[in-house]
Amino acid sequence: MSVRHALLALLSEGPKYGLRLRQEFEGRTGEVWPLNVGQVYTTLQRLERDGLVESDDAGEDGPQKGFRITAAGSEELDLWLHTPPRMGTPPRDELVIKVLVSLRVPGVDVADLVQAHRRLLVEEMQYYTRLKEDAPEEDVGLLLVADAEIYRLDAVIRWLDTADSRLTRLDLAHQEKATPVSPRPRRATEARK
Amino acid sequence: MTGALEMREVSKSYGDGATLVHALREVDLSVTAGELVAIMGPSGSGKSTLLTIAGTLEEVTSGHVLIGGNDVSNMSRDDRARSRRRSIGYVFQDFNLLAGLTAAENVALPLELDGIRAKQASIVARGALEELGLGERAGHFPDELSGGERQRVAIARAVVGERRLLLADEPTGALDSVNGEAVMRLVRTACKRGVAGVVVTHDSRLASWADRVIFLRDGRVIDQTLPPPGPESLLAPIPEQ
Repeated sequence: MSVRHALLALLSEGPKYGLRLRQEFEGRTGEVWPLNVGQVYTTLQRLERDGLVESDDAGEDGPQKGFRITAAGSEELDLWLHTPPRMGTPPRDELVIKVLVSLRVPGVDVADLVQAHRRLLVEEMQYYTRLKEDAPEEDVGLLLVADAEIYRLDAVIRWLDTADSRLTRLDLAHQEKATPVSPRPRRATEARK
Repeated sequence: MTGALEMREVSKSYGDGATLVHALREVDLSVTAGELVAIMGPSGSGKSTLLTIAGTLEEVTSGHVLIGGNDVSNMSRDDRARSRRRSIGYVFQDFNLLAGLTAAENVALPLELDGIRAKQASIVARGALEELGLGERAGHFPDELSGGERQRVAIARAVVGERRLLLADEPTGALDSVNGEAVMRLVRTACKRGVAGVVVTHDSRLASWADRVIFLRDGRVIDQTLPPPGPESLLAPIPEQ
């Protein structure tokens, strides 16, 4: 998540104080992307160092210091908006590795393992769906972010479903000595990053 | 809380000998008034059988089904049909609206079958459509409505009157995601008013609207989600990114 570019975007609407920037950032993505306080101010300092924003030089660092975007900042923001994000395969997908490894571990029922992860992912998805359910329709930022999380989880669940049926067809899903179904390591909401 | 739907050790098999298929094996399921439960599972896991048995459209091989506390397996065929008509609403993927009837007439139909006079049924039906934002479409025929509107009519028909159990099989199947979400919001609203809902789906996005998700495999309940965290979770610290 580029806090840097999100702040540039907020400043593109007009000059703002540090405190307001933090409130607006949280207002738009709040429940889904909580930001720690220091992160806003250190990012603003770096943006200023790089000439992308300017501040009231008289003011001290802190919530009351005012910031405005520079021409270079606007250019940077526009370039970032139009640059396609990196969508390549992540260097290692932990869940894929877990399922692959489990095929070689004696005593692990892969179907049960897949189900345990499926349930955790569905519980996490329920969390985001509840966020959407409670959000007012005009809270577009929150709804879009929650949708994105839901589709991301949906893709992983579909992969698990596919793995499940592929392994079942090859008769690899179950082992003779099945482990008890699905240990519950933690709640889905705690499992969030 | 009363169990709007109780399934106790329900088994269902088809065929015999070499062709014997166990569609459901000793399924226990309890859905309380106001609760929305989703049933997930791969094709052939028994999801749709579970729904038709919950809806008393099929008989169990063994076990018991209770609707509103009444054991339907002890009822005569006629009593069961009456109970089904009065207490259970169905929503299917393809809406199943009668093409020759207007939206309001479709919604009024189950009420009329219950013996309510046409005029009264029509008033109640129009009220139900208005609640779903379809008041102005009440006089339209199904082929004059969009897919999303048709499914809203089907939901109005399913919950009209005193129906306390809403059963839905892939209710958003043919709809785009925004219309599908609108349908799930309506199902949730019905549940908040005290209807017990059961939605069968293979789609986790749809299932995630439920209070509880139950997973079926080979006709057995193998797992279910934990109930949503209570208010105390709001006091828990937000995990670091």
